[in-house]
Amino acid sequence: MPEPQRTLGAAEVEQLVEREYAYGFVTDIETEVVPPGLSEDVIRLISEKKEEPQWLLDWRLRAYEMWQGMTEPNWAKVSYPKIDYDAISYYAAPKSAVEDGPKSLDDIDPELRRTYEKLGIPLVEQQRLAGVAVDAVFDSVSVATTFKEKLAELGVIFCSFSEAVKEHPELVRKYLGTVVPHTDNFFASLNSAVFSDGSFVYVPKGVRCPMELSTYFRINASETGQFERTLIIADEGSYVSYLEGCTAPMRDENQLHAAVVELVALEDARIKYSTVQNWYPGDKNGVGGIYNFVTKRGKCAGARSHISWTQVETGSAITWKYPSCILLGDDSIGEFYSVALTANRQQADTGTKMIHIGQNTKSTIISKGISAGHGQNTYRGQVKVLPGASNARNFSQCDSLLIGPDSGAHTVPYIDVANPEAQLEHEASTSRIGEDQLFYCRQRGIDPEEAVSLIVNGFARDVLSELPMEFAVEAQKLLGVSLEGAVG
Amino acid sequence: MTPLLEICGLHVEVEGREILRGLDLEIPLGETHAVMGPNGSGKSTLAHVIAGREGYEITKGIIRYGGEDVSELEPEERARKGVFLAFQYPVEIPGVNNTYFLKAAVNEIRKHRGQPELDAVDFLSLMRDRVKLLDFDEDLIKRPVNEGFSGGEKKRNEILQMTVLEPTLAVLDETDSGLDIDALRIVAEGVNRMRSPERSFLVITHYQRLLNHIVPDRVHVLQEGRIVESGGSGLALRLEAEGYGKAAAVTA
Repeated sequence: MPEPQRTLGAAEVEQLVEREYAYGFVTDIETEVVPPGLSEDVIRLISEKKEEPQWLLDWRLRAYEMWQGMTEPNWAKVSYPKIDYDAISYYAAPKSAVEDGPKSLDDIDPELRRTYEKLGIPLVEQQRLAGVAVDAVFDSVSVATTFKEKLAELGVIFCSFSEAVKEHPELVRKYLGTVVPHTDNFFASLNSAVFSDGSFVYVPKGVRCPMELSTYFRINASETGQFERTLIIADEGSYVSYLEGCTAPMRDENQLHAAVVELVALEDARIKYSTVQNWYPGDKNGVGGIYNFVTKRGKCAGARSHISWTQVETGSAITWKYPSCILLGDDSIGEFYSVALTANRQQADTGTKMIHIGQNTKSTIISKGISAGHGQNTYRGQVKVLPGASNARNFSQCDSLLIGPDSGAHTVPYIDVANPEAQLEHEASTSRIGEDQLFYCRQRGIDPEEAVSLIVNGFARDVLSELPMEFAVEAQKLLGVSLEGAVG
Repeated sequence: MTPLLEICGLHVEVEGREILRGLDLEIPLGETHAVMGPNGSGKSTLAHVIAGREGYEITKGIIRYGGEDVSELEPEERARKGVFLAFQYPVEIPGVNNTYFLKAAVNEIRKHRGQPELDAVDFLSLMRDRVKLLDFDEDLIKRPVNEGFSGGEKKRNEILQMTVLEPTLAVLDETDSGLDIDALRIVAEGVNRMRSPERSFLVITHYQRLLNHIVPDRVHVLQEGRIVESGGSGLALRLEAEGYGKAAAVTA
């Protein structure tokens, strides 16, 4: 007789939710913080601090006006107390980073340098991450960008958003808001009004960017929000792989992170965008943690262009994000690979939109949701095929893994097809880590924690294999660490 | 000399139901013993309780392994001390590479024994070596653990794991079930090659045919949670001819 299937009990999972957050420290640094509250004056102040041109201030103000008439979206399967937008400070910057203008890598405040070292991101142009250029964003400002000169030799622009506004205003003005307009949604409009920094990338025609570009986002100050904006433009026939990572201190309060990312891929260009999101998730009772309400969208503007989103989401109290692709160019390709892990009281509502406009456009969606403890995980995705998108194809696969009796997984696919030639496939599965799998591993001498991590990583393998090598290992470790203390 | 495995007066409950009812069993080091019995006699329960599976509650009696009471030890602790269970129904672990899994297991055990961990290169050559011995399709070691394996492949994978992990006590839980005659021979050869004065086997089976290939030193008949008869390898043949009903009648 087969053994009866036993799933993990509440007591066992109790252990599982006791995870250590390794990046919860606070950097003691003198910070300039704008008083809490949002008004036209605050927006003017931010714009002024950044010495922005009039057109950008006008754009911000239009977004703000728009935002005031909008309501916060409530369709996601997440619940949280009402956010008081007047209790948040919209700009915080380390004094040393903003005084006396931009600094060379050698002149970075030692305290900031130490912070990034502690996070495993050395702000020097050699050592471990020699093949990776880093833009380090600390609260509301970029504090350093490595390998700028080396990249410039190839014509690749990699710098903070603020710098791009000053040095390359024509590019910023041409593309800003063309993928995520300032009117797009509540959080995107808020971001458009108050965004303070972020990264900017431009890869010229025919250039294959020789190193990984990455931005490391760190929230440090309390009672502030982080609103950064990333804009990546891959010109005709170019290639770039970009990665973002993020962490924040452990605090009892919830902090808002409302970012916008816009990608533009022109003819034959390819952008590979990877995220390893490890914002502070809150404690095991759900106190504290980041609200990660993010709008990410890529436009495959040219023929045969290709955008891939890969995300490993293990942090944040609440995740609300749907990295999407507008497949405008004929024969363009959009991909979305996602692992979302929710433990304790974490909630994630994440997925993608693939909008097929051009002919022969193709999209792939692989989503892996892992829920442990009281974690709630929702995949929400849309595949939309417009009338002109002849021969469009989509493959979607959404798998959920449940750990313990109190976790939840939900799948909400929307399919909207207006072209009869379209071919769509959708697969979905839900499984549990069974006591039988765990016992099998333990009988071979493997610790229960190690066993859970092994099973989870196996489940997520198809997505992890899409990450750049340097980060796949990190992500794998993160999935292990996030479930540390899995079973007792 | 103390037996490697010594079970005295063992009572075990599963979900409140008593399955083992005063089981006694001794296996000296270097011997191979068979436990035979009909469905529901408690064979699999015996296998699992030796390995330390949760949900199998010892209400009375003791299990000693190497002279030590192991009743309270976690499954992984027993495994590291050299207890191996070849599962009747090996579990699939999707996405986890078979070689990677086994390397993790070997290194956990080596760590426990104070031996240096094997690196990927050393481990792969060890695997290749064992795979050849077992006539195992080399593709299988690159695939996820048991995922999409046929019944026979899963059983052979258990034996492959056993040959790599080199346990001191190997418990084979109905390893013959679902095997055709060729697969049965390969599995049996794998076991026989490992028999040594330093290792004991507990072969649990319903049918005698496996014991044609793995000839045991002793045969025990398990019925209603107790060993009701023990004898030499000839006992298995008699059971095959007469059925379990007879054995029960003898002891009743």
